[in-house]
Amino acid sequence: MKIAVLVSRIRVEEKLLIEELERQGVEHEVIDVRTQVFDIHDSTSWQRFDAVLERCISQTQALTAVRVFESFGIPCINTSSVIDACGDKLTTSLILARNQIPTPKVRVALEPETALQAIEANGYPAILKPTVGSWGRLLAKINDRDAAEAVVEHKATLGSVSHSVFYVQEHVDKPGRDLRVFISGTEPIAAITRASEHWITNTARGGHAAGLAIDSNLREICNRTARALGGGLLAIDLLECPRRGLLVSEVNHTMEFRNSIATTGVNIPARMVEYVLSVARGRIPTTAQIEIKPTAFDAASTQGAA
Amino acid sequence: MNTEAVETQSCDCPECAAVVTLNRRPLNGEVVRCGDCGVELEVTNTSPIRVALAPEVREDWGE
Repeated sequence: MKIAVLVSRIRVEEKLLIEELERQGVEHEVIDVRTQVFDIHDSTSWQRFDAVLERCISQTQALTAVRVFESFGIPCINTSSVIDACGDKLTTSLILARNQIPTPKVRVALEPETALQAIEANGYPAILKPTVGSWGRLLAKINDRDAAEAVVEHKATLGSVSHSVFYVQEHVDKPGRDLRVFISGTEPIAAITRASEHWITNTARGGHAAGLAIDSNLREICNRTARALGGGLLAIDLLECPRRGLLVSEVNHTMEFRNSIATTGVNIPARMVEYVLSVARGRIPTTAQIEIKPTAFDAASTQGAA
Repeated sequence: MNTEAVETQSCDCPECAAVVTLNRRPLNGEVVRCGDCGVELEVTNTSPIRVALAPEVREDWGE
């Protein structure tokens, strides 16, 4: 059993996971994706791995590398479809809405004029988020029309192409905190609250973590969310709406958990390694091992050419 | 986390030339901070220790 750990920048979480792999005596190799060249026609050198644990800090690099490994038939945690689903907030919201999972109201627009219409339709205050991004970066709480016009113009003028997708989320008047639930497979394993006097409660922005008991309501909504997104090692962020109850806000596919081990009493890296090993043990045949039989169409084509 | 003390290693900060001292074994890709100028440095080699200016946070970085 050998596990590849894909990394770029090493965070505290990657160190904890590597230490846990060592503690459990799991053979593993840490691979910096920035140093690799992937020959998509030859997977031979990668077949030494039974599974890939993806921990890259860059979503683009993570998705690219995972697509290659999946093409080679090596199971990846998380899968490219999960990274796709979680890495783009609009995709996440679409999946949540389609599966009738409670979530803040979202409108999306593609031009500044329609972005203003979307903001006004959602009502003030409105939250503007980049569809790709993390750690609470570039979130804007829009309190009135003047602010909306200014932020939309700035995004349209100064932002990259991806900022011309205007993702407008309902502002939820949460009680000074949000919830984060850690998932292994589709089951919640630990939960925290993240409290802050600021409306952005990410721990990366100074929010304080505290342990939270997982009740049946929280477990059920997280289980449904994880199943809708494809399952894996996930962190689900939820808001407590005074009117509508729990709302799933975002789902993270390369979760950070450094502040959540002592606060929850759950050895999160150990639970993550257990999940990775369970995936590795159920390894599917690689494409290289599948015998490709000629189809009826191939046979007919061959006859015609002869 | 493993904080096992190892032989102290040092290198020069590429930004301000101060000596950056590490009193534990780093990993390639780990980020350390220069005590003099405060710049973030990424460990690019562990034996001997080498560091480079850490890249700025990019749009797609995160969880």
